[in-house]
Amino acid sequence: MKLLLSYLIFPGFLFSACIGLFAGWVDRKVTARIQYRVGPPWYQNFMDIVKLLHKEIIIPEGARLTFLFAPFLGLLSVVLMSTILGRSLNIYASGFSGDLIVIVYLLVMPAIAMIIGASSSENPLASIGASREIKAVLAYELPFILSIIAIIVKSGGSIRIGSILNHQAFAGSNIASFSGALAFIVVLFSIQAKLCFVPFDASEAEQELMAGTLIEYSGLPLAMFKLTKAILLYALPVFLIVLFMGKDISPIFLIGKYILILVSIILIKNTNPRLRIDQTLRFFWGPMAVLAVLALGLTLFGL
Amino acid sequence: MSLKIKALTKSLWVFHAATSPCNNCDIEVLDLFTPRHDIERFGMTLVGSVRHADVLVVTGVPNYKTKERLKKLYSQVSKPCLVVAIGNCACGRIMFKESYNSPCPVDEVVPVDVYIPGCPPKPEAMIAGIVKLINKLKAKEKK
Ligand code: SF4
Repeated sequence: MKLLLSYLIFPGFLFSACIGLFAGWVDRKVTARIQYRVGPPWYQNFMDIVKLLHKEIIIPEGARLTFLFAPFLGLLSVVLMSTILGRSLNIYASGFSGDLIVIVYLLVMPAIAMIIGASSSENPLASIGASREIKAVLAYELPFILSIIAIIVKSGGSIRIGSILNHQAFAGSNIASFSGALAFIVVLFSIQAKLCFVPFDASEAEQELMAGTLIEYSGLPLAMFKLTKAILLYALPVFLIVLFMGKDISPIFLIGKYILILVSIILIKNTNPRLRIDQTLRFFWGPMAVLAVLALGLTLFGL
Repeated sequence: MSLKIKALTKSLWVFHAATSPCNNCDIEVLDLFTPRHDIERFGMTLVGSVRHADVLVVTGVPNYKTKERLKKLYSQVSKPCLVVAIGNCACGRIMFKESYNSPCPVDEVVPVDVYIPGCPPKPEAMIAGIVKLINKLKAKEKK
């Protein structure tokens, strides 16, 4: 019962969705201010979701069952991820051994859900989007996992979030060392790609692919994908804080660091043009992978 | 006012269907998203896919080809969907009325909710039209 509550309300679905939708508004507002516009009111993203819930659901002719199954997969796994993350943040001891690995796996699920849904919709543009998404996943997972391994080595081979936090509380934040800073840069760009934000959003390119992977979705399933995105926007920066800036995670500091990371993601998004998918691949397997390997090497020497 | 109508009026997503206009109206539509007018203040955004749309903005006189496309587009939108005809062309075909290539005006192909005349209409006029559309929705709800 208590587990179910924590999955559905705090720190699971309801809480993380609210924070995520609000963060989505921050994104739109900051973008608007950068372009000298006013931007939408604060409740905008909530309104979008409520409106989508009332729209007709269209299932294209020839779509498979997985078309409707995919949004559930994405949303459920991302909620599970944010619950595990939130609980291990709340009380250090409530995590279990290996929760870091579970989170890393669950973080791939939204992208996989997207690929499954898009490729079962029988739309040519969606299938181009899906193929780009697959390439993007292959691109960013390598440096992402390498730099997480660097963090694991740094905190004494522990794969529990609680003990990574404990280690940082005694030895200082991971970002304060050379290897930690390098790994931080790599993970920052990787979560940019995980969120499908602008330099790496070739799979959802509005101008060329007309929303790409999401093109056939309408109504409730689209709302679920939007919610998945929103929860990711809440959970990924928190994950970054846990891994790299975990020295002091009292609520005030946590919110401050969250806003810092959120705004830097938004600034990267607004100051870069979209990369082609081959450029994305080259970027992640070239400079980013080298940086991640470098970070891993430096941690082995204890820097 | 029910939550459904409130949410709909606060977040209208616009899909732009150009049925052979002279492109002048299209440019004026895009003007609405620039800093001076910025209708994202009211929650409106341009969407890429017609499945996500709440408002179908139609510009231009349909000809034999685009007429069929427009009909198809309207049948692909998830309802409720509103249609706005922008420009004299879409409202009443003006000088193209006798043209060999203009079978019918827009409102014989799809049900139009708001007409915004002008050649091209000013962005202010379009915003006024959208406000009328929202008021119409609210009035319909009250009945
Ligand atoms: S109404 Fe005027 S500006 Fe608009 S498409 Fe027609 S001719 Fe062009």
